[in-house]
Amino acid sequence: MEIGVFLLFALLAVTSALVVVVHRNPVYSVMSLVVTLVSTAVLFVMLGAPFLAALQVLVYTGAILVLFLFVIMLLNIERETQRTNGGWFKKLAALISAAIFVAIVGSISLQAYTGRFLEALTPESVAIEPLARELFSTYLLPFEIIGLLLLAAVVGATVLARKQDAVSPEKER
Amino acid sequence: MTVPVSWYLLLAVMLFAIGAAGALTRRNGIAIFLSIELMLNAANLSLVAYGRVVAERTMDLASAHTAQIIVFFVLAVAAAEAAVGLALFIAVYRKRRTIDVDRLNLLRW
Amino acid sequence: MTQELITTLVKITLWLVVLLTTVPVMVWVERRASAFIQDRRGPNRVGPLGLVQPLADALKFIFKEDITPTAADRPLYLLAPLLAVLPALTTFALIPFGPDVVIDGRTVPLIVADVETGVLLLLALASLGVYSLVMAGYSSNNKYSLFGGIRASSQMISYELALTLAVLAALIPVGSFRLDEVVLYQQGTWLGFLPRWNVFPQFIGFMVFLIAAFAETNRVPFDLPEADSELVAGYHTEYSSMKFALFFMGEYMSMATLSALAATLYFGGWHLPGVRFSDTWYWALAQGFGILLMKVALFLLFFVWVRWSFPRFRFDQLMRLGWKVLLPVGIFNLVLVAAMTLAGWL
Repeated sequence: MEIGVFLLFALLAVTSALVVVVHRNPVYSVMSLVVTLVSTAVLFVMLGAPFLAALQVLVYTGAILVLFLFVIMLLNIERETQRTNGGWFKKLAALISAAIFVAIVGSISLQAYTGRFLEALTPESVAIEPLARELFSTYLLPFEIIGLLLLAAVVGATVLARKQDAVSPEKER
Repeated sequence: MTVPVSWYLLLAVMLFAIGAAGALTRRNGIAIFLSIELMLNAANLSLVAYGRVVAERTMDLASAHTAQIIVFFVLAVAAAEAAVGLALFIAVYRKRRTIDVDRLNLLRW
Repeated sequence: MTQELITTLVKITLWLVVLLTTVPVMVWVERRASAFIQDRRGPNRVGPLGLVQPLADALKFIFKEDITPTAADRPLYLLAPLLAVLPALTTFALIPFGPDVVIDGRTVPLIVADVETGVLLLLALASLGVYSLVMAGYSSNNKYSLFGGIRASSQMISYELALTLAVLAALIPVGSFRLDEVVLYQQGTWLGFLPRWNVFPQFIGFMVFLIAAFAETNRVPFDLPEADSELVAGYHTEYSSMKFALFFMGEYMSMATLSALAATLYFGGWHLPGVRFSDTWYWALAQGFGILLMKVALFLLFFVWVRWSFPRFRFDQLMRLGWKVLLPVGIFNLVLVAAMTLAGWL
């Protein structure tokens, strides 16, 4: 049962990840990234992290990827047209190195962790409260810094995306 | 019957490799960005899986929580990164009418 | 195992039946109510009081020609209407609709998915709804649709923040993401006569939630993604027949979802002071469900009432309201509620 669920969502994640990378239309890339992220969220639940799963869907797919779509539609980016220099060579190289990477790291992790089955989840292992306690005690400072970082990002994004002449709209008239 | 940890790790490696290949080969800036998000996601998956493994080995859930908190931070940083990155793309598009990274070569040579 | 499966399936079926009947009832209510507000008669030809009108509408939808524009992006164009109903259909699994009941010696919680993350998961699923509008807007290959899609994406991200802040504030005194615990917390009375509902201490939060809910469901005064005076019909300009009907259903069902969430968070959910729940499980179920549906119905009526009372916002006004008013007020409410909880008043 659990293996079936894992295989289903793992397959979904890999297929949609391939579509993200291969599809020429960025809107389709974003849409299949949504599928990838939602299926990894399911895997998070299976790993005993339901809080992260909900956050992943809420933050990533609910906000960040919508922002991507917004920008794609705003800039009206079309599909990639004619390739310029060394397109297929670069692609082949990337493919080969990706395959080698998967082979090496995959075999190491297979060797190190084969036969290690995860124990079944218990209500204690998925509880959110201890997580919150740790976040707001041990990791309080990083948490605050993240808040500051987000504020800086908001200000930075606003400044960057603003039209240069938006300061004085009356000037032109 | 549960799933072996190695399967999760293998999946994470595959997703990471796919993302890396995309980030290296795509020329559309937004597509590169999406590939990087994919890599981040793969890293998150492996972090959560490792956290579980260590928690079971030490019989203490603290390490699982630590892993989840790190992933939480990664999500927050990814949000900040996306906001600034997309704003950059908008600014670049205004100036150059393209976000094809091969044509953004003013600083070359 | 099989018993649990059966009870879950029964619960799901119950919700589906209720949700799917909400749509025709709401179509009738909206048309009659708008006629009443505008001093017209409204549909009154099909059946008594026009009650069979939704059926006639459904028949009309089914028999209309189903057009797919040749320039449309087909896969996304077909997927968008399906995604419109999906979030509304899934989020209901997380709303409790009665006390724990005992059937044949087994305790059955009256909620489809009794999970730790509760309302967080509900918000996450609801946030997926924006994809349907954006996909419809993009894939129709029509400038009005595209405008609708762009507006939908920015509007829904902006108001989700205020909505989430209001929801989080409602959860602070409870100390749990579970909606059933939110309901249990609201039992009893304040000062002996007021029901112990969250609206009273958190009226600011409730107002933020309500305004954001209007924006999230794209209802007037925030229906800018479909603003018919400027964008023809916005994101669903190119849709016809049953595909259009699906968008329609999605809108009404997400209204019902947010109404149920509002009732649960701020008005005690399935609970009503003075009501004693029966020991027989089906009576308890009927009581809980009836009370919840009554509250949802009142909210839905309010949605209709507002629709025919307010003019549409302009887009810059919408953004200003979201970021410069609702967001600060939401944060203020969050801090206020946290302080009140710390002081032990809640």
